[in-house]
Amino acid sequence: MDYAGLIQILDSALRLSTPLLFACLAGLFSERAGVFDIGLEGKILASAFLSAAMAAYTGNVWLGMFAGILASLMLATIHGMASITFRGNQLISGVAINFLASGLTVVIGEAWFGLGGRTPQLEGAARFGELTLPFADAIRGIPFIGPIYADLLSGHSILVYVALLCVPLTWWILSRTRFGLRLRAVGENPAAVDTAGVSVVGLRFAAVMICGLLCGLAGAYLATALSAGFVKEMSAGRGFIALAALIFAKWRPWHALGATFLFGLLEALGNRFQSLELLGITIPTQFMQALPYILTVVILAGFVGRAIPPRAGGEPYVKER
Amino acid sequence: MTDALPKWADILLIPLINLILALVVSGLVVALIGKDPFEALSILVTGAVGSAYGWGYTLFYATNFIFTGLGVAVAFHARLFNIGGEGQAALGGLGCALVLLYLPLPHWSLAIIAASLGAALFGAAWAAIPAYLQAKRGSHIVITTIMFNFIASALMVYLLSRVLIVPGAGGSPETARFVESVHLPNAYDVLPWMGFSRSTPLNVSFLLAIAACVFVWVLIWRTRLGYEIRAFGQSEPAALYGGISSVRIIMIAMLISGALIGLMAINSVMGEAERLVIDPVQGAGFVGIAVALMGRSHPVGVFLAALLFGALYQGGGELTFEMNGMTREIILVIQALVILFTGALDNMVRAPVERAFLSARKRPRAPLPTNPVEPGGHSDEKKVEP
Repeated sequence: MDYAGLIQILDSALRLSTPLLFACLAGLFSERAGVFDIGLEGKILASAFLSAAMAAYTGNVWLGMFAGILASLMLATIHGMASITFRGNQLISGVAINFLASGLTVVIGEAWFGLGGRTPQLEGAARFGELTLPFADAIRGIPFIGPIYADLLSGHSILVYVALLCVPLTWWILSRTRFGLRLRAVGENPAAVDTAGVSVVGLRFAAVMICGLLCGLAGAYLATALSAGFVKEMSAGRGFIALAALIFAKWRPWHALGATFLFGLLEALGNRFQSLELLGITIPTQFMQALPYILTVVILAGFVGRAIPPRAGGEPYVKER
Repeated sequence: MTDALPKWADILLIPLINLILALVVSGLVVALIGKDPFEALSILVTGAVGSAYGWGYTLFYATNFIFTGLGVAVAFHARLFNIGGEGQAALGGLGCALVLLYLPLPHWSLAIIAASLGAALFGAAWAAIPAYLQAKRGSHIVITTIMFNFIASALMVYLLSRVLIVPGAGGSPETARFVESVHLPNAYDVLPWMGFSRSTPLNVSFLLAIAACVFVWVLIWRTRLGYEIRAFGQSEPAALYGGISSVRIIMIAMLISGALIGLMAINSVMGEAERLVIDPVQGAGFVGIAVALMGRSHPVGVFLAALLFGALYQGGGELTFEMNGMTREIILVIQALVILFTGALDNMVRAPVERAFLSARKRPRAPLPTNPVEPGGHSDEKKVEP
């Protein structure tokens, strides 16, 4: 593989890792506050659908994106109600949200568009266009560095850069602001936060809502930037892969960037090498497609080091026990 | 678990309220997309139980859901959330098909035993790896079992399109048809006077499903192993203190769970399709979650919930034909809402009902001495394994 080919694969890995990165940061906020969220997948799917539907209807991708975020926030509210207000089982709530999203997107999609659950193909202003970074063309000629800037970093949709910016932002919020400190505390020891007179319920709801917002961005990116429209079950397990990446990243923002990029790279490689010849044996396409899922299991198996989750994760907080 | 509720209210009234809530919300969804929810409900009910044809399919689907529901329920008793039913059932189909394709079996009665062993073994094997990783490495079983669903689906596509495909049979990714001698008697053969059509999918594996219900009841409430599983599910530290090995219980509970789910293939692969197709499960693994939650992880509850979901699936299929612009995914919505209301928003319904019962009660009744383990054992304090 030559240098241009490598750049091409990294470029595609960056695109494919963006929804994972959004989702991973979404999970990070939620889990750092002590709320497990298996429902990332469903929120991504719901947002992908509504953003594509709205973009197809209005022809404006920004309106689409806001509609997608709204859909994701609605599901996040349900998850918050179930796991914070009514102290239900967070896993079951997440699973229900996933099914709800995969059912509703098809039922509503069929009723609105009659295309078997798809939305119409998006084009023009209904999709996120590619952004060319300044001086991309001028720098392209420089050997080695040029292609990295002009072909790898430049030429993505704006959401890719938003996702990348979310990483330092998340780091800053969590470790440099009062809100972030409290949010992390509520995931480790909610009773202490409660004693300090800060609302556990409020903080957890805030975290769940940030999670909804970021999942909404992931879905909108998936349907209006990465592809041109919504297809049934298009999230394809990305919410779960993001959760695995989160564990791999040990619930830290910068590590999340690396972990999700790894998964994106794997998916890009699977797309690029549909069937791979290795030592005379042809590796089937299906194996290459299953590779991200297999890696997820390997990572969860802890072959890459021990990950300690937030201590109060998954437990509803009961005041005055 | 508080004693505020009489037992009948806990196992009948609350699931019923949850179901009604789920149906009302789905009705709102139907109304929102501009269709008449009452018309949809009537089509659904007529389609499911209005004819022998409908009953044949309703009970056929119910058979699938009994197996998957029981599997999820057994795992629930050990407080394990097995959401990998799709993959385990697909692998069960593979095991069942391999037995029926490569073993010369003279009669269906022998074949059903051999195929059950194959299906259970393969289903259990597919559950074994996530179980081992949970037991030994603490990997989150919910995520690993979901990943195994995806891996199973890739594996099935590979096997059926490259390995088991019949050369020159049109190229559709499926195995050869099983021989005629292993054909399971269907409801038409067994009960010819009931009006089932010759091609009804309902077959003798319905009886196998009932036997599985009895097996699970005996296992969970009448054996030492069942006691250990329940003890582990109720309180892991207490079980450990009592000398119960967590690795052993996690492994055994998941193996039984996977085996039960794998047995679904006897109904869908051996009984109906009579060959292995690309997706023999059709979402039944996920329905099992709703069935187990609604049935409070008790075999009787699972049986009734499976009947209900069987009717929903058959009725939902009819809905697609009868109502323009309606898809069967509305069933997925109902299923999701049932899971949401019974599993996650349980306290929303339970608290007001408990208050109503408490205020209606004239004098305080002496609390029951020890509250035996509720079927399900998940109802009060929700704890999740990390």
